[in-house]
Amino acid sequence: MKRRDFLKYAGATTAAGSLAGLASCATTPSKARVVVIGGGFGGATAAKYIRLWDPSIDVVLVERESAFTSCPISNLVLAGYSNMQEIGHSYDALRRHGVQVVSDEASAIDPAKKTVRLARGGDITYERLIVSPGIDFNFGEVQGYEAAMNSGRVLHAWKAGAQTIELRRQLEQMRDGGVYVLAIPLAPYRCPPGPYERASMVAAYFKQAKPRSKVLVLDANPDVTSKGGLFKAAWKDLYPGILEYRGNAKAIGVDTANMTVKLEVEDVKGDVLNIVPPHRAGNIAMQAGLITTNNRWCDVDWRTMESKKVPGIYVLGDATLSAPGMPKSASMANGHAKIAAAAIIGALSGRGADPEPKIINTCYSFVSQKEAIRVSSVHQWNAGQSTLLAVKGSGGVSAARSEAEGTYAWNWARTMWADALA
Amino acid sequence: MKAILFVAVALTAAPVAAQELPGRNLAATCAICHGTEGRVTTKDSRLIPLAGLPRDHIATQMRAFRDGKRPATVMHQIAKGYTDPQIDAMAAWFAAQKR
Ligand code: HEC
Repeated sequence: MKRRDFLKYAGATTAAGSLAGLASCATTPSKARVVVIGGGFGGATAAKYIRLWDPSIDVVLVERESAFTSCPISNLVLAGYSNMQEIGHSYDALRRHGVQVVSDEASAIDPAKKTVRLARGGDITYERLIVSPGIDFNFGEVQGYEAAMNSGRVLHAWKAGAQTIELRRQLEQMRDGGVYVLAIPLAPYRCPPGPYERASMVAAYFKQAKPRSKVLVLDANPDVTSKGGLFKAAWKDLYPGILEYRGNAKAIGVDTANMTVKLEVEDVKGDVLNIVPPHRAGNIAMQAGLITTNNRWCDVDWRTMESKKVPGIYVLGDATLSAPGMPKSASMANGHAKIAAAAIIGALSGRGADPEPKIINTCYSFVSQKEAIRVSSVHQWNAGQSTLLAVKGSGGVSAARSEAEGTYAWNWARTMWADALA
Repeated sequence: MKAILFVAVALTAAPVAAQELPGRNLAATCAICHGTEGRVTTKDSRLIPLAGLPRDHIATQMRAFRDGKRPATVMHQIAKGYTDPQIDAMAAWFAAQKR
């Protein structure tokens, strides 16, 4: 977008320019403005729902990517069962909801002045700010990682996009008889079942295209962290001799000269190294001082999603210090977005927040091309513990893997995309 | 109970009546499968749009899922998370939406 257009649409001012002009409401009847940083499942859904529920509010979404790429379903791209086009979505429909989408990166937040600085220059003022930055990685916890990643020899592919394409390419180029190594960090990490779905998808691809190859899962956790029974049953039935799982196997280093992953007790050799480093809240959350816990996550008031550290700023999605039993998932980010949308509209209109928000988590994972498994839970406000907790007796997992769940999985992914972006 | 807490004190023209808010907020998270405002628009969906379905039908089905009287892949696990008043609030809200 041209800078001139941007100024027109978002009403930004240059760093050196007339902030005062915007701040004074004397001439224009001021609609409240909400700025949203990050157009993933959390940010895009929040932007849309604020407009849906109160069209008098101005919503500006700041997103550095020109299009949305979904992590859910991206593991199917690795197997050749889906493609980047299918998991990519435009932000145009959000514009039709009246959301002003700004293609730029938020480089700084000034909570005192209530401004967001854009990397390409200019500040946007806000009444309320939503920060939905996703994750960034603590590369330093895996020795040699950053250099290895920059050389292209090791990938995380834990943000769908260029690395997804590259990992697919490496898998296609790998010789039959090769070993694909997937290293999983200690929980909490983005999408608890995601790594096990990925292992299943790569195994399905090998079974069909390179049957002498192996998938080796090195899990820093003691055991499969989500849908364990269902994943292990699928691996036993579908991928015997192809997929090997090791718990308590934490990757602490990588050596690309020898193509080895270093564990605490031994080195493991592979042909394709897919090491997912430990995560933390995205960089802008760190930069803005929103991180509260273990130098990694942002604690929030779960009735509103407002930061426990910086008033007026609402943090959504994987960047939050998850409530007990709450996964870092697209579905939860969608729920966070709706809590925040209701709370912000409530705050700006003087009605107040929903006193007892309630949201649903659901994650489907594919275990073969057509069959999927699911986990669901319902989370509600618990005044005694001041957090969201799973409702006792609710939730659970699929009875068994099935093609019917596979159909519902596609429905869920497409519907979540549409709920955020259509 | 909840509705009382939502009663608007300001004179601002609200786009939704205050008593609809608990139903709206609860129903909003069904959208990850049933679509925004209960209108699934995605291709190949096997789900029936909830928008505009009769209120009694929605409430009855939710209770049937919850009480194990209607077999389901997922709804039995979700319905167990809601109280009767919450089910009624959601049913009323979905019933009032345009198809
Ligand atoms: C994870 C996806 C998912 C979520 C979330 C979800 N549903 Fe469903 N819903 C389904 C599926 C799938 C069915 C078909 C029955 C089954 O297999 O569980 C269904 C069926 C229904 C039906 C029966 C419709 C009919 O006429 O036969 C109702 C009513 C319903 N859901 C209401 C809700 C409400 C209310 C919520 C939110 C509290 C909700 N659903 C959340 C997936 C979902």
